[in-house]
Amino acid sequence: MEFVFTEEQAMIGETARAFFAENATSERTRAAMAGDGIDRALWTAFCQELGLSGIGIAEAAGGAGLGLVELAIIAEAAGAQVAALPMLGSLALSAQAIAAGGSAAQQAAHLPGLLSGETIAGYAHDAGLKADGDRLTGTAGFVAHGASAHIFVVTSNTGAWIVPADSAGVTVTALTTMDQTRPYARVALDGAVGEALTDPAAAIAAAHRAGFVTVAAEALGGAQAALDRTVAYARERVQFGRPIGSFQAYKHRLADMMIEIEQARSAVYWAACAVDEGSDEAELACHAAKCFAADTYFMCAGNMIQLHGGIGFTWEHDAHLYFKRARAIQSMLGSGEWHRERIATMILGEAA
Amino acid sequence: MKLGFSPADELFRQECADWLNGQMAGEFRDIKGITKLTASPERRKEWEQQLAAYKWSCIGWPEEWGGRNATLAQQVIFAEEYARAGVPGRVNHIGIELAGPTILAFGTDEQKRRFLPDIAAGKTIFCQGFSEPGAGSDLASVRTKGRLESGEWVVNGQKIWTSLAHISDWIFVVTRTEEGSKGPKGLTFLMMPIDQPGIEIRGIKQINGDAEFNETFFTDARCPADSMIGGVGDGWKIAMGLLAFERGVSTLGQQMAFRNELDEIIAAAKANGAAGNPLIRQRIAQAEIGLRLMRYGALRMLSNTDHSKIDGAALTYKIQWATWRRSLGELAMDVLGQQGEVADGSDYEWDTLPNLFLYSRADTIYGGTNQIQRNLIAERGLGMPRERRGDV
Repeated sequence: MEFVFTEEQAMIGETARAFFAENATSERTRAAMAGDGIDRALWTAFCQELGLSGIGIAEAAGGAGLGLVELAIIAEAAGAQVAALPMLGSLALSAQAIAAGGSAAQQAAHLPGLLSGETIAGYAHDAGLKADGDRLTGTAGFVAHGASAHIFVVTSNTGAWIVPADSAGVTVTALTTMDQTRPYARVALDGAVGEALTDPAAAIAAAHRAGFVTVAAEALGGAQAALDRTVAYARERVQFGRPIGSFQAYKHRLADMMIEIEQARSAVYWAACAVDEGSDEAELACHAAKCFAADTYFMCAGNMIQLHGGIGFTWEHDAHLYFKRARAIQSMLGSGEWHRERIATMILGEAA
Repeated sequence: MKLGFSPADELFRQECADWLNGQMAGEFRDIKGITKLTASPERRKEWEQQLAAYKWSCIGWPEEWGGRNATLAQQVIFAEEYARAGVPGRVNHIGIELAGPTILAFGTDEQKRRFLPDIAAGKTIFCQGFSEPGAGSDLASVRTKGRLESGEWVVNGQKIWTSLAHISDWIFVVTRTEEGSKGPKGLTFLMMPIDQPGIEIRGIKQINGDAEFNETFFTDARCPADSMIGGVGDGWKIAMGLLAFERGVSTLGQQMAFRNELDEIIAAAKANGAAGNPLIRQRIAQAEIGLRLMRYGALRMLSNTDHSKIDGAALTYKIQWATWRRSLGELAMDVLGQQGEVADGSDYEWDTLPNLFLYSRADTIYGGTNQIQRNLIAERGLGMPRERRGDV
């Protein structure tokens, strides 16, 4: 039984946690929130100095090799600090899609820029997208960090293309977004020219797997941080002459958070490992991880506000960063109900 | 990080499965699929002896006492294959999993020679006498008294929830042997033969109509002085040591039984049309997710070799499975509808799913209630201040 991190994986975790704890501070995240939701210096340092951006992308495609377990370890560490980075759109979705479904030339043209952080990609999905030859028409309503993107990976349910953001026929509208660490943009295409990825099915499948696992891991990191910070507060805050953490009503809520988090941890690393091993459980595991970890995060972030009392409701306290990120993760890349229905279909067959 | 077991372990799995399936298709086919703990006790005692004859009775024990020195992984695999083959639960699981390891760890050589071979051989069935009417969650407040009298322990008091006492040969009891002592001090761990005039057993009928638990009354009950494990006053230490032996060996086996229950619900939902109800579909998916996460939580806990830190997966496992299974019982009844509330015949006896609904109310109580589990998680796992003892 070896369902534990290897030494190398544990080291990646330590490195990533130390990096984000030191650099992705509340102050810097808030500065990014006032702008386009990206801490540029942090992104450059992550991609170029730490050199972790290529994890989960094959070395042949210019990545650092390794797999989704390592990618999840990094996303968990970033999520713990609600870091303001385009990791999801640029790496987990777009770079994964290009690495899995792009030709060698497409990989060579786009991956180096994405992995160095100099190029930012947005992942724009529109189920109803119309493709007339290479001319694309449609709208993706909620593209994470879309207003900052240089290129888009545009997908319908069956096709995948690369579209430069400054192409003719592309209109990008930044949207005021509840989670300011990952603001959305509306991306409208009106006959914009797309460069088709050679294997769109592989591109979409890879983006889904990595995307589900990445947001689930982010959610896990965020949920654990919400618990850790609340535990620290429970020790220092005194009411009725006792630390509030000594009240059973309070302790039991903390325990409930830990119970969910432990399951979310199993979910995230089960899914990541199942993908890496090519297990036939991988699809089910990715759906399970996405919906379970998202719900865990929201439950923990909500409890973080409640258990901090009034201070937890202020803009000054970080609780709302976690709460808003958690809510965003619940809705993005398929709702919990959608993921559970996918699992139900695997077990019960299609709904009548 | 890997999901599965090693190739050598998978070979061992095959060996287990072959033997168990052979037995369930052969000499012991009459007991295959029994889930009720109280059914066919005599045949199941014979099954214990069959396990022993082929050295499958206590594989984790040392070879000199009838075991195979099996690794943790092998023990987990055997438990999983045991459940997969539809073999009924062990009537001597207390003897094999608790009494035996306790004697191995804390017993004298003479006690090992006296007890271990017969436990391993399925000839001595043990039950556990810990809880009392006034000592449930608060085990340290036991009042059953023990005193030494001309070379014998003499015990007076009452134990409760003694599972399968009515088919057992021996009981181990935690007794208060120091007059006026309180809490974990002054307790002594004794092993007593059940077949004696001083011990009376009365079944407790449960909400599902079955009677797996008992009240056990001690009135000048006796056992030899050397039936004590450890020393006088060591009872709490021994009892706590005993509760730590389980180490998750039974987790995947238990989950195999849960798998069967969930599969039965899925089959019922497909058969009666509930599978078309979107809310039921969501709940079945949720149950499926919960069961899978239980497996990987158990594997995380079993893979963990660093016991210097609190293991969150281990600490939260009990409340996780108990709460999951209680919800599963409720889901079963929502799938079955009113059909779930009527029995087949005139007896108050329930099929698997209605029985699951009733029985699972015990899961969140025994072995530490959900409320006690939350205290433990918050105190041990998160370092919150401990509950203060009252003085009533």
